[in-house]
Amino acid sequence: MNSFFARKFVVQGIFIAIAIVIVARLFYIQVIDKSYLLSANHNVLRKVVVYPARGVVFDRNGKVLVQNEPVYDLLVTPIEAKEIDTALLCQLIDIDREGFQTRINKARSHSPYRPSIFEKQLSATTYAQLQEHLYKFRGFYVQNRTVRSYPDSIAPQLLGYIQEVNDKDIERSEGFYRPGDYIGASGIERSYEELLRGQRGVKNQMVDALNRPKGSFMEGKYDTLAVAGDGLVSTIDRDLQVLAEKLMKNKMGSVVAIEPATGEILTFVSAPSYDPNLMVGRQRGNNYMKLLRDETRPLFIRPIQASYPPGSVFKVVAALTAQQAGVIDEKTIFYCPGGYRYGGGRAIMRCTHVDGATSLIKSIQTSCNTYYGYTYARMIDSRGMSGPKAYDLWREALGKFGLGHTLGIDLPGEKPGLIPTSDFYTKRYGNDKWRSSFNISLSIGQGEMGITPLQMANVMAIVANRGFYYRPHLVKAIGDKGIVKDEFKEKISAGVDAKYYEPVIEGMSRAVNVPGGTGYRVRVPGVEMCGKTGTVQNPHGENHAVFFAFAPRENPKIAIAVFVENAGYGGTWAGPIVNMLVEKYLKDTISLSKYDQDRILNANFLPTPKEKKVEELNKSTSTSKPTAQPTAPNNKTMEPRRELYVHHSQLRKDHP
Amino acid sequence: MKEKSFFGRIDWFTISLWFSLCLIGWFNIYAAVYDPEQPSLFSMATNYGKQSIYIFTAVIIGFSILIIDAKFFISASPLIYIVVIFLLILVLIIGRNVGGNQAWIPLGSFRLQPSEFGKLATCLLLASYLSSQTNKNPNTKTLLIGALIILFPVALVMLQPDTGSALAFFALVFVFYREGYVGNTLLLLGGLAILLFISALLINQWIIISILALIAGLFIYLLRKKRKYIINVGLLFLGCSVYVLCVDYAYEHILQSHQRNRIDVILGKIHDPRGEGYNLNQSKIAIGSGQLLGKGFLQGTQTKYKFVPEQSTDFIFCTIGEEWGFVGSTFVIAIYLALLLRLVNIAERQRTAFARIYAYGVASILFFHFFINIGMTIGIVPVIGIPLPFISYGGSSLWSFTILLFILLCFDSSRKGLNG
Repeated sequence: MNSFFARKFVVQGIFIAIAIVIVARLFYIQVIDKSYLLSANHNVLRKVVVYPARGVVFDRNGKVLVQNEPVYDLLVTPIEAKEIDTALLCQLIDIDREGFQTRINKARSHSPYRPSIFEKQLSATTYAQLQEHLYKFRGFYVQNRTVRSYPDSIAPQLLGYIQEVNDKDIERSEGFYRPGDYIGASGIERSYEELLRGQRGVKNQMVDALNRPKGSFMEGKYDTLAVAGDGLVSTIDRDLQVLAEKLMKNKMGSVVAIEPATGEILTFVSAPSYDPNLMVGRQRGNNYMKLLRDETRPLFIRPIQASYPPGSVFKVVAALTAQQAGVIDEKTIFYCPGGYRYGGGRAIMRCTHVDGATSLIKSIQTSCNTYYGYTYARMIDSRGMSGPKAYDLWREALGKFGLGHTLGIDLPGEKPGLIPTSDFYTKRYGNDKWRSSFNISLSIGQGEMGITPLQMANVMAIVANRGFYYRPHLVKAIGDKGIVKDEFKEKISAGVDAKYYEPVIEGMSRAVNVPGGTGYRVRVPGVEMCGKTGTVQNPHGENHAVFFAFAPRENPKIAIAVFVENAGYGGTWAGPIVNMLVEKYLKDTISLSKYDQDRILNANFLPTPKEKKVEELNKSTSTSKPTAQPTAPNNKTMEPRRELYVHHSQLRKDHP
Repeated sequence: MKEKSFFGRIDWFTISLWFSLCLIGWFNIYAAVYDPEQPSLFSMATNYGKQSIYIFTAVIIGFSILIIDAKFFISASPLIYIVVIFLLILVLIIGRNVGGNQAWIPLGSFRLQPSEFGKLATCLLLASYLSSQTNKNPNTKTLLIGALIILFPVALVMLQPDTGSALAFFALVFVFYREGYVGNTLLLLGGLAILLFISALLINQWIIISILALIAGLFIYLLRKKRKYIINVGLLFLGCSVYVLCVDYAYEHILQSHQRNRIDVILGKIHDPRGEGYNLNQSKIAIGSGQLLGKGFLQGTQTKYKFVPEQSTDFIFCTIGEEWGFVGSTFVIAIYLALLLRLVNIAERQRTAFARIYAYGVASILFFHFFINIGMTIGIVPVIGIPLPFISYGGSSLWSFTILLFILLCFDSSRKGLNG
């Protein structure tokens, strides 16, 4: 004991004071400040997204058109990926050393601690080889996902493709999509995106400091399950589609077949086509660029985006609308001297034959231009009203046939085609005193008129139904319950009474079934097919071959339009295709001669790429630009211009 | 009065506090290394397996010390000091470098950390030397020699370089205070020095000097009639100003960058929860997420999933804070406080100056470790890597603290036989 004994209390006081400071601090961070608890949860919990399987697409008979196939994304956590055999990894996933570095740098810049995608969509084969060695590559993980797969490699333009969402998609979806998600970018993948995509699930996973999974949080109490996307039943008949694509190989053009009683599209071909599997997997980018640059434009959806002057087949609509308007009837006869003179006899619209006295039925059967020249003249000039007004009435009647506007197919990118308004001609001629002779080429489906193959097939469906149609569509049932969209159940009238169809149908039947008819060579044995050939004149090359038909005449099962660009006569090139498809669909057989089948299969109408010629063509088409597709803002890039414009050469010469 | 038996003379209260801390340590080491995916049975290969051996040996060592005659430690203290100094030099030559510190001498599978025993040896020699000087009044010469006894091992430890362990020696300032070598004025000046140190790092030094000048001016004005005080105030102001400038210089040029960063993190000058602040941030998250009652034994996610570094050694308090909450943490702190206060009381009941000085040394060192270790986990002192006595995993630390404590208990049990 000495004089400084009292200092004991100072020392003890310091000890107590420090202990109080510590306890106070603990009270603050443990009891008062709740932010540490949140941080702790943030440390440990990872919300892992469980991707739903995208909806499968079937054909009308339950065969698979689009399915899901597992692929494997290789992920890397850069901080863990050290001292690995780079050469072996590069070899296994087929990349070079430089590619390895760029990938790892990209991942590192994203986050050194969190896994990011190193290589996307390894195939099952690549994965199998990689898996054996995966234990050697610390910091690399494999995550499986599904991608689309197309067992028959058909119908790319209508099925469409999916791609990673971009910033705009994310913004538009108000946070539904996240970077790395896939979204339908075209075709029914896009139009049915909301149904196909399903619902993401979330798994609350606990992770340790190195981000390694450590089991589920609270036994999965807050997890949500992923809900697979709805399956779709397409209206497409797979077998028919396969055949149609085979027949259209090496050609440009379209095939559209519709079931008239429902509006269901049985076949939808845009040629040239491509393998939809190209738009999947690691080579997708390259393949896409290749397709984009292809001169024949395989990405262009011809049946709904290309519009052509319909040619002779338009006479069917002309005959029907004229009867309904009362300007002709079944018994009306015009005399055909081999051409229709107009403009005071100075100009002539020639016929291919001299038909003599021609009735309505015969006019369809032989495709008499003169007959329709007179009919159009009556339509426009003899209805007790001004030309433009009569024209508008006629245009309205065409509109009821689905011409000049979109039909509302469940496919993005549909174009309306073109039926010019009366204002267009009034502007062109400077006043409204114009008459039928000013645009007489419209009477036979030439001139400024543009109609899509889908619209043409739909016209056939209207004729087959004798006066009405259902909106053409590609999906007939959605999900397990097989829901049909209401808009596809609505019966739409074409505005022409049923009785007026009989003479037209009779004419179409004779064109195919009477010896000497334009389609006699392609009649279908045992089936009364009604059809109409068309040869659309093309000032820039070979004519476009067109054939429309429906069959059988009574209780029709199929309405079809075939377009083969630059092929020549409709009866020669489009007709046999119709013949084979119709017979295949109705009787499941093909009786066309082997010779004719091979002739079609081996035909090649693709343009031989010649830079200079293309330039010239573009120049010549640009003269008629004002009448060009005003509907497509980007038609410069999207549409193969040179097959869009077909002018009646005689008319062009004689234009006032 | 009848002589009590050997067991009767032992301070069982202190021993029970010591043993509680060891047990708390063991359970929290178990929780810190517990892997929920492999809840394997007891294994000697794990930290808690080894720690149970260390605790078992510590008990044997502790009770063996109690049997030894207390006079042995008094006479052997220079020898012990020399051996430990030798070890501290040896470790610089043959030591194993772990985490940048050459602090361990490998002995088979066990690693000896001489700096832990350095505190013990320094305590003993300091007690031996100061007690030999108690007949005189406290003087500067004794203070300087005492300081040398401390600074010699400090210098060697700094060479490792293990700043944390070296700092612990300075806790012995309490001993000088109690013995009268350091006055209250000096204690206040020390407090002022710490205050100025922190201010100098936070605020521009010229602003501090201006504020000091203002305060000094005020005092000079108030004391204008007493010349002696004016000179004192002037000298104090001058000293403080030089000190502030020195602190800034030392901070910029003498401290290593990681030490500077740790201080910056504590002072809130840099906010970087992923880099330098990571340890501290994760430590606070773990303790803070424990809330009032804790998450329960083995339920702590932050420690279990290794977000907290060094979780069974320096950051063991995180496990306590996370799994036992505010209540559990306060309980542990209460045990420490009880132990520290008890040690001071034991010190004051010693009859010999040696035992009293030694007891203050033990209390000071334990206090320093307790304050710095827990303080760093909750962010009131910079991150300094020193263990929490009796709780942190590690043989050297547990044994050296046990020996430190039990030598004191040995003195205490035989205090009636010793005369100062």
